[in-house]
Amino acid sequence: MSEIEDLEIQLLLEALYQRYHYDFRHYARASIKRRLTQARTQLGFPSVSAMQDRVLHDPSMLPRLLGFLTVQVSEMFRDPSYFRALRENVLPHLRTYPSLKVWIAGCSTGEEVYSLAILFREEGLYDRTIFYATDINPDALAAAEAGVYALDRIRKFTENHQKSGGKSSLSDYYTAAYGRAAFDKSLRNRVVFSDHSLVTDAVFAEMHLISCRNVMIYFDRPLQDRAIGLFRESLTRKGFLGLGSKESLRFSAHAAAFSEFAAAEKIYQRREP
Amino acid sequence: MNGARLVVIGASAGAVQALLALLPALPAGFPLPVLVVVHVPPDRDNVLVPLLGAKCGLAVKEAEDKEPLVGGVIYFAPSDYHLLVERGETLALSTDEPVNYSRPSIDVLFESAADAFGGAVVGVVMTGANHDGAAGLKAVREAGGIAIVQDRAEAYATAMPDAALEACPTAFTMTLDAIASYLSSLGTA
Repeated sequence: MSEIEDLEIQLLLEALYQRYHYDFRHYARASIKRRLTQARTQLGFPSVSAMQDRVLHDPSMLPRLLGFLTVQVSEMFRDPSYFRALRENVLPHLRTYPSLKVWIAGCSTGEEVYSLAILFREEGLYDRTIFYATDINPDALAAAEAGVYALDRIRKFTENHQKSGGKSSLSDYYTAAYGRAAFDKSLRNRVVFSDHSLVTDAVFAEMHLISCRNVMIYFDRPLQDRAIGLFRESLTRKGFLGLGSKESLRFSAHAAAFSEFAAAEKIYQRREP
Repeated sequence: MNGARLVVIGASAGAVQALLALLPALPAGFPLPVLVVVHVPPDRDNVLVPLLGAKCGLAVKEAEDKEPLVGGVIYFAPSDYHLLVERGETLALSTDEPVNYSRPSIDVLFESAADAFGGAVVGVVMTGANHDGAAGLKAVREAGGIAIVQDRAEAYATAMPDAALEACPTAFTMTLDAIASYLSSLGTA
């Protein structure tokens, strides 16, 4: 039973890749299985094979399936101590550059993009920075670009922002109406939202800071190494890489290319090549 | 029972006292990895690791993503992450949405363990005031593993053991003492 389902999952992932070039074949198995089981139940398919049949022949099914496979709900300033470490320890280094590039890899619905934009604004670095916010899910990217969040989430965002050492009030950056908070356009006029896959795409610019949090926990080890290799190539000399609070480079083939900069916050610095 | 290769434990309200009674009773040299999910508030650092580390003969640590499973080590799920078991005997974390309002969720751990280790899992659901762990324990049992529920008579909160037993009626009901000696016997097969 379980073996048949494993085979069905393998075939579905292969089908998604061959038909639509979405490559989940090297995603960590346990989570992908859980998400596909959830998709199968909620979309009402009797089996994973039935779901595969449908998505192969009906492209309108793809976004719905992608919703289960990719979307991550995050918070603004999730793990405030990470943003505090960026503010207090990383930004003083970045300040020495005349222009900056920041990559939020796997930005999902954009909570972290706005967090970083606000942080850079507060520290006077926003106007010399270009932010690249990338994801593979077009619906998530559209939500990120819209920057509209349910009002009931704002309380937590505000609390996180204050804990991160925020120097302004979060309410300065959004307008609230009809149960929603719309973040200000001026926070994204230097953000490039773009489709980019850590699985299949290449380096596209030289970065000073890359933030990729709780994205690679969904990858298997070889795929993690590919993504970290991309970051390694993308980072400028002494550039910074920030990961999720429970991620590390310890088990990676590229560990030696980075030094621990703020170990507790999982912020690494590219060693001199 | 022979063939057990992994122990998974879930607890919620009353977890600290129950774990303090159970985990220090495991003998040094206990050969299996032990994975523990306890519901703790998301913003709280896991205080259980240092607390139990000081009392246990076995190594106690917070689970890390992609970490290989090692026998005789007690791994706690980090707060605000699900803990899962992968086929290659490694651990995985996820920030997927809460299950049963919980992250980490006992169901997520137990179901992934049953999937990766089949009948070689021993699942233990202890005290708690919600229903997390019931579906997970059923999955452990259905995969051929051993299902154990803490005796409700001594559980601080009974909703979780009751729900687990209802979902998985063939589970053994044991006191903490009995669970401790049962688990300890797994090391001496």
